[in-house]
Amino acid sequence: MSGDPKLERIAKGNALALCATGTWTASFAPVLERMVADAEKLAGGPQSIFIDVSEVAKLDTFGAWLIERLRRSLTQGAVEAQIAGLSANYSSLVDEVRRVRATPVTDSSTITITGMLEQIGRAVAGVGGTVAGLIDMLGAVLAAGARTLIHPRSFRMTSTVHHLEQVCWRAVPIVVLITFLIGCIIAQQGIFHFRRFGADIFVVDMLGVLVLREIGVLLVAIMVAGRSGSAYTAELGSMKMREEIDALRTMGFDPIEVLVLPRMLALVLALPILAFLGAMAALYGGGLVAWLYGGVDPEAFLLRLRDAISIDHFIVGIVKAPVMAAVIGIVACVEGLAVQGSAESLGQHTTASVVKGIFFVIVMDGVFAIFFASIGM
Amino acid sequence: MAQGTQNGIQNPIIRVRDITVQFGATRVLDGLDLDVQRGEILGFVGPSGAGKSVLTRTIIGLVPKVAGSIEVFGVDLDASSTSQRRNVERRWGVLFQQGALFSSLTVRQNIQFPMREYLRVSQRLMDEITIAKLTMVGLKPEVADRFPSELSGGMIKRVALARALSLDPDLVFLDEPTSGLDPIGAGDFDELVRTLQRTLGLTVFMVTHDLDSLYTACDRIAVLGNGKIIAAGSIADMQASQHPWLRQYFHGKRARAVMG
Repeated sequence: MSGDPKLERIAKGNALALCATGTWTASFAPVLERMVADAEKLAGGPQSIFIDVSEVAKLDTFGAWLIERLRRSLTQGAVEAQIAGLSANYSSLVDEVRRVRATPVTDSSTITITGMLEQIGRAVAGVGGTVAGLIDMLGAVLAAGARTLIHPRSFRMTSTVHHLEQVCWRAVPIVVLITFLIGCIIAQQGIFHFRRFGADIFVVDMLGVLVLREIGVLLVAIMVAGRSGSAYTAELGSMKMREEIDALRTMGFDPIEVLVLPRMLALVLALPILAFLGAMAALYGGGLVAWLYGGVDPEAFLLRLRDAISIDHFIVGIVKAPVMAAVIGIVACVEGLAVQGSAESLGQHTTASVVKGIFFVIVMDGVFAIFFASIGM
Repeated sequence: MAQGTQNGIQNPIIRVRDITVQFGATRVLDGLDLDVQRGEILGFVGPSGAGKSVLTRTIIGLVPKVAGSIEVFGVDLDASSTSQRRNVERRWGVLFQQGALFSSLTVRQNIQFPMREYLRVSQRLMDEITIAKLTMVGLKPEVADRFPSELSGGMIKRVALARALSLDPDLVFLDEPTSGLDPIGAGDFDELVRTLQRTLGLTVFMVTHDLDSLYTACDRIAVLGNGKIIAAGSIADMQASQHPWLRQYFHGKRARAVMG
C-alpha cells in the first residue's frame, strides 16, 4: 500500500489534473514539499487545475496540509483549484486543515546593533533595579523581624532550627576540610618563601593575621553562598513556580515571615559559627605544616601566635560574618522570589544568586577593610 | 490508514500479556492482560491508586516491569532493537497528566520539538503544521509564541495534546486528559478527542476518572482492580456487570446524574 509519493501532471482537455499518488505522510515531507513547490509554479496559467487525490495510499496532517497549500497557491483570481477524488476517510482531515488560516510567521530573533545596544542599556539600568530590590528585601525582612519581636509566638522556631541544621551543622565537614587545606597551603607557601630570608617564624604572623582577619571569613562566606544561597534560591524559586507562595499569601501568611525570616536568621547565626570553625581549622592546618614541613614545633608556634595576633584580629574577622550572611541571604531570597514559570528561569536565578552573593560578599569585605583601617583596628 | 480498519480484532495495536509490576513489596499490577484494538478509544478506569497510570507508564516504558510482555504495533518492546523501539516511539504520542510541556520553550517550539528531531522538513512547513495542529486542538495561532507559564490549565492540556499529535501518531496515550478542567472544558476536550480520532484515524488509550468522558468519548472501557483487568467491554456491559466496584461506579449518584 505504501510507495514513494508522486505528483503527476495529466492534461485533460483544457484542464490540468495533478494526480497525487503514494504515501503522503510526515516521513516523506521533504520530497512532498519539493514536489508541491514545483507544482506551485503552474499557478497563473490559463487552464483550470484540479488536484486528484484518489490514488493517495496514506495521508496525514503533513500530506493534507501540503495538498491544501498547493490548492491555495493555485487558486488565483477567478481560477479556483479543486480537490477531487477525496475518499471519505480523509475528507474530514482535509476539511480540518482547510480551516487553518496561514499566518506569516514573524521572526523576531534577528540580531541588530541597535538591539545589542538596547540590551546593554537594559542591563545597566537593571543594576539599579537589583540594588533597589535588595534594599526592598532588607526592609521587608527587618519589618517582619520587628513584627516577630512584638508577637514572639509567630516566630517559626522549627523552621529556623531545620535551616540551621541544613546550613550550619551539615556544612561543618566541608568547611572545616577546605579551610584546613587552605591553612596548610598558606603555611607551606609562607615557609617556602620566607626561608630564603631566614624568616621562617614570621609565617605564624602571616597565617594568624590572614586567617583570622580575611581568609577565614571570606572563604567560608563564599562557600556558604555557593552551598546555601543556591539552595535557598532553588527552594523559593520552585515554590514560586508551583504557586505555593501565592497559596501562603492567600491564607493570610506573609511569605517573608514564614519563608525568608527563618532562612535569614539561620544563615546569620550559622556564618559566624562556621567562620570560627573555619579559622580554627586553618590555624590547625597551618600549625601542622609549620611543624612537619617548617620544623616550628607546636609550642613555638603557639607562643609566636600569641605575640602576633590580638583579640582585635579575631573580632575584625568575626564581626564581618553576620553581615555577609545577611547579604547572601537577601540576595538568595530576592532571586528565589523573582523566579518565573520556567525551569530555565530557575536555573538563571540560581546562578545569579551565587554570582551576586559572592560579588557582594567581596564588596562588603572591601568596605570593612576601609572601615577598620580608618578606625585603626 | 484512517479509521477504515476497525475490523482488526485479530491484530491489536497494543497487546499486553501477564504484566507484573512491583514497587518494593507492593505488587501494583499482577498478571494483567490487555488488548487495545486499532482505531478505538479505550477508556481505562479504576479506583484511585489501582495502578492506571502505572500501567500506562509501563506500556510506554517509564516503569520497569517484573514479568510479562508488551507488544505495540506488533513489536515486542523487550526484544526490540533500539531502532525498532525508536520507530514505535515515533508512532505514539503521550499526553501527561500535568501536560509536561517544556517550560523553557514556547508553544511553537514545544510542538516542533519532535518534528525537529525526527523529520527533516523546512521551517516553513513546521510553522504551518504547528498552526494546523493548534487549530485542530481548538487554539488560536496567536498562542504559538507564548510560554507554558502564560497559559491556562485547559490551554496547557490542549498544547500538550498538540505536541503529542505533532508527528501524526497512530496511537495516543492520554493520562487523565480532563482532570482539572471545568465540565464545559472537559466536554469540549472529549469532543476534541473524538473528532481527532475520526479525522486522524487515531487509536486512543485514555486513563480517566471522568464519567462524562466514558459516556461520550469511549468506544470500549476496561476496568482495573486488584492489579488485573476486572472487566472490559462497552458501557452497556459495564452497567450490566455485577462486580461491586463497577455497580457502585456506574450506578452511583454521579453516574445517574450523567446518564440523566
